[in-house]
Amino acid sequence: MISRLYGPKAWIVLACCAAVVFVVFPVLNLVVPEGNPLHVTAFGVTLGGKIMCYMIVAVAMDLVWGYAGILSLGHGLFFALGGYAFGMYLMRQIHADGQYHVDMPDFMVFLDWKSFPWHWTWSEHFLWAVFLVVAVPGLLAFVFGYFAFRSRVKGVYFSIITQALTYAAMLLFFRNATGFGGNNGFTDFKRILEVPITTPQMRMALFTITGATLIATLLLGRFLVTSKFGRVLAAIRDAEARVMSCGYDTLWYKLFVWVLSAVLCGIAGALYVPQVGIINPSEMSPANSIEIAIWTAVGGRGTLVGPIIGTGLVNGAKSVFTVAWPEYWLYVLGLIFILVTLFLPDGVVGLAKRWRKA
Amino acid sequence: MLRWMLIALLIALCAPGAARALDAATVGKLATGDGDERAAAVAALVASGDPRALEVLKALSDGEMQTAGNRVLIVKDDKAVDAASGEAVTPLPESRDDVIVNNRLRGELDRAKAGLRLMSHDREVRRAAVKELEGGADDDMRPLVKQALAAETDPDIRASLALVSAQLDLKSTDKAARIAAVKLLAGSSSSAVKTTLIPLADKAEPDAEVRAQAKEALKLIESRLARAQMVGLAFSGVSLGSILLLAALGLAITYGLMGVINMAHGELIMIGAYTTYVVQNLFRAHAPGAFDWYLAMAVPASFCVSALVGMALERSVIRWLYGRPLETLLATWGISLMLIQGVRTIFGAQNVQVENPAFMSGGIEILADVVLPYSRIVIIGFAAVVLLGMGLMLARTRLGLFVRGVTQNRAMAACVGVPTARVDTWAFGLGSGLAGLAGCALSQIGNVGPDLGQSYIIDSFMVVVLGGVGQLAGTVYAALGLGFANKLLEDWSGAVLAKIAVLVFIIVFIQKRPQGMFALKGRAVES
Amino acid sequence: MAEPPAVIPERPRRWWLKRSTQPSSDASYGRTVDGALDLTHGVVLYLEGISVSFDGFRALNDLSLAIDAGELRCVIGPNGAGKTTMMDVITGKTRPDAGRAFFGQTIDLTKLSEAEIAHAGIGRKFQKPTIFERHSAFENLELAMKADKRVRRTLFAKLTGEERDRIAATLERVRLQASADRPAGLLSHGQKQWLEIGMLLMQEPRLLLLDEPVAGMSDEETERTAELFLSLAGEHSLVVVEHDMAFIARIARKVTVLHEGSVLAEGPLQAVQNDPRVVEVYLGR
Repeated sequence: MISRLYGPKAWIVLACCAAVVFVVFPVLNLVVPEGNPLHVTAFGVTLGGKIMCYMIVAVAMDLVWGYAGILSLGHGLFFALGGYAFGMYLMRQIHADGQYHVDMPDFMVFLDWKSFPWHWTWSEHFLWAVFLVVAVPGLLAFVFGYFAFRSRVKGVYFSIITQALTYAAMLLFFRNATGFGGNNGFTDFKRILEVPITTPQMRMALFTITGATLIATLLLGRFLVTSKFGRVLAAIRDAEARVMSCGYDTLWYKLFVWVLSAVLCGIAGALYVPQVGIINPSEMSPANSIEIAIWTAVGGRGTLVGPIIGTGLVNGAKSVFTVAWPEYWLYVLGLIFILVTLFLPDGVVGLAKRWRKA
Repeated sequence: MLRWMLIALLIALCAPGAARALDAATVGKLATGDGDERAAAVAALVASGDPRALEVLKALSDGEMQTAGNRVLIVKDDKAVDAASGEAVTPLPESRDDVIVNNRLRGELDRAKAGLRLMSHDREVRRAAVKELEGGADDDMRPLVKQALAAETDPDIRASLALVSAQLDLKSTDKAARIAAVKLLAGSSSSAVKTTLIPLADKAEPDAEVRAQAKEALKLIESRLARAQMVGLAFSGVSLGSILLLAALGLAITYGLMGVINMAHGELIMIGAYTTYVVQNLFRAHAPGAFDWYLAMAVPASFCVSALVGMALERSVIRWLYGRPLETLLATWGISLMLIQGVRTIFGAQNVQVENPAFMSGGIEILADVVLPYSRIVIIGFAAVVLLGMGLMLARTRLGLFVRGVTQNRAMAACVGVPTARVDTWAFGLGSGLAGLAGCALSQIGNVGPDLGQSYIIDSFMVVVLGGVGQLAGTVYAALGLGFANKLLEDWSGAVLAKIAVLVFIIVFIQKRPQGMFALKGRAVES
Repeated sequence: MAEPPAVIPERPRRWWLKRSTQPSSDASYGRTVDGALDLTHGVVLYLEGISVSFDGFRALNDLSLAIDAGELRCVIGPNGAGKTTMMDVITGKTRPDAGRAFFGQTIDLTKLSEAEIAHAGIGRKFQKPTIFERHSAFENLELAMKADKRVRRTLFAKLTGEERDRIAATLERVRLQASADRPAGLLSHGQKQWLEIGMLLMQEPRLLLLDEPVAGMSDEETERTAELFLSLAGEHSLVVVEHDMAFIARIARKVTVLHEGSVLAEGPLQAVQNDPRVVEVYLGR
């Protein structure tokens, strides 16, 4: 039942997860010394932060796909745009510590540019970067979504043109002339807010901020989904024409959740970049966006929690396979796609529900 | 100046004779004499009319001439040949001295070589020599050129020589000569000629009449060049369009029929290309004499292999997802990942070589700058044949009837006894087979690697989305339209921006007209 | 015969929403043109000389019909008579080639969009029930309820006591109180039909158009539906298209027979059933 989402047990689970993020990890990383088997390495912290960013994206994806029925295969674009927006700030924060020892990003010096392009104005200000992280994906989503939903483009056609959109953007960002570092992108970050980025404390700070954002996203999603808005949205997913004949202007409902989802992805991207340390146009590749869909599907769409589990499972498997048996990873991923769509339409969460009933 | 007229005279006088040994003394002077003696020796060799003279002079300027005692040798790859007689000298003498060429001699050598080549017996050598001069000839060459022109019998080379001569005449002080030269050059369509004419149309040219003539000549040349450009562009557009058509035809059929967007379509194309590669290798290994005919086997093989793979996919995965297009999209994406990795495991991750058969190499040269490759012409023809075949199949055969029926109204078709499940399998096989054919075609003009499919999948989608579903006409028009649009924009702003512009255009178009250009009446984007 | 109604000027719509067939934001506030429904002459629906052609085929041929306020009218006729097309014209799905259609005295139906007509107070129930299968009956009614349907309002909407009562009352009316919290997809066919009628009622329409409402229902369900309709008549006006003569006998006062796009006969059921033309064309001997 849609309106009864998450009983009291769920809050306990949430509290435990929060404890892991805010207490266990910091302790095991910063306090427990390195030789100790319980120690969580810097790599572990970064991996955890990265996966949590993906989880935010998966929840955002669930909002548009699981609840509104819009399958976007271009969500990676919003993620990447957020990453690039924050990346610009991070590049400025390198100051003159780059290869050429000028107060200008290395790639610009390499291209022999004498001044910053127009889209780099104010990029040295942290607040402007934060604004861009929210505004750029949001604006693009608004314009694209407005025209797409207005013309009633739905289903596979919509998915295909989101693919085309992210593909076109990827091609655009690969060009050096676009002013985003070309195919190398941004990397070699040194500082945020003048604080060095590679210290364990900064890494942990980013990790916990990401965790907090994930929890906030989850709560926001829950609020949305249990409200009347959520019920209307689910109705739009199931029978849009009927919703329209009830008198709702479905365009604005879809647009609202679409833009919200894009903004959440942008924020996730902005948190991702300083943790991973690099952003380049391959983040916008069509394949990435399709993978986001599979994280959501594996976990179980329309549940908010499912996508989080799905992301963890798939990315966990990826980490394991790419280290141990790299040639087999694509087989496994492909199989996951096929098996989940054939046998697990409700994902892992759905499976758990069935077991509980049995 | 005088010397060259002398040389020209000597050349004119000499008759092409049988190969005889060059005068040893002259050759000796060439190697060991002082500056003037050597220059005279060069002239003498030119005058001898001996075809070996060119060889000797070439060896000298290439630094291959050496002396061993009194003998003059041409040494290449540790093999010595007597310079004068041309006979081999074994064993290679131990002590040899290099023959040095200074700048003055080098200049004389170059001119002598050019002159000799212009007068060579070999038509191809003459043609190549003239071609070289077309880029811009030295004033010094003028008398040589004029002589060659007078003696030339081959009409093609004669025409080219005339143009070269005219280009030289442009610098003449005689106004009438200049005007005549300009008029002659107006008939050309080479951009090199255009460059030489430009200064004459400029204000710097003192004579008004010459300027006017030059301007007119330039206009004529430019229009000819523009036309050639356009033909080249149109051809590229049709060529790209035909490739897009081949790639997208299969997708259009499966989508129109089953509402399935097959993300593994690109991989079926790739499988077709790899099948062609395998067939090529088989022919190379077992029937090298018939290599040029490997395509005759590769085409049906690609079709069959891809069709079988497609049918296997349909039976095992896709039919269970009937009515769930979004899930089908994801499942087929998973299949594509597995197929790519499979090919990588079997054939390796790098590109493989597929060679064109002889009749597909080379091309038709329309103008100096515009060449229409045979391979692309063949592919255009191939695409047309495939299209025709498809059209006939859909219109005339039983399977085609069933396919059309099921596309329009599946439930009704099932009610009247059409075996819809089997039609699905066959139609999917057909679509996949078409993808295989596209792969075969692509192998002839591009690289074949595991990622081949990925580069064509988005384009295929765009064609299907743009052209609408249910009618072949839509696919054809969309493919050609996109091919043209891509090439036109490419010409204007570069390949990447062109692609982006086309994608953006489609995104916008789809919102104006969601059902595509030629959708069946009443059929919505979502059935 | 009712007087020919006057024409009211078209409401200006926001230009950037022009291409969309969505109602303008005004309408989705939940405000209807209720105030403008003029029933001074007692006629709620007035069709005069309506003609509609599809590719040469005449679906409606000079059709004239008038429904009184509070009436329960049945419309019968053979297939192809134009019953569904007539409903399409009334709801704005199809524009007539000729003729006039008025809701009350003043609302010109041929000038409004589908959504505007829905908001003006005409509700249509299609033959196939379209409800939200994954929502409960309660939620279905909540969604259909007449309210401010803009995004912002909906985000923070909380059901007031009064609204709950209204939903409960409707549930009772359509006899679904017991199934209020079960997913609507689990209801029987008949119950789904009632739920849809309930959703229609939540929009507080003045005129209900019902297309074959008892198709596929059991006898008991049909009887209950008849009771429901009878209870609705009076405060609502109903136009019911049906083939089930027993059901019509149960509910009808006045029956209109359509044939080949125009009205063949009209009157009490008895009279119509004995009309030789009707017998020949539809009822059979």
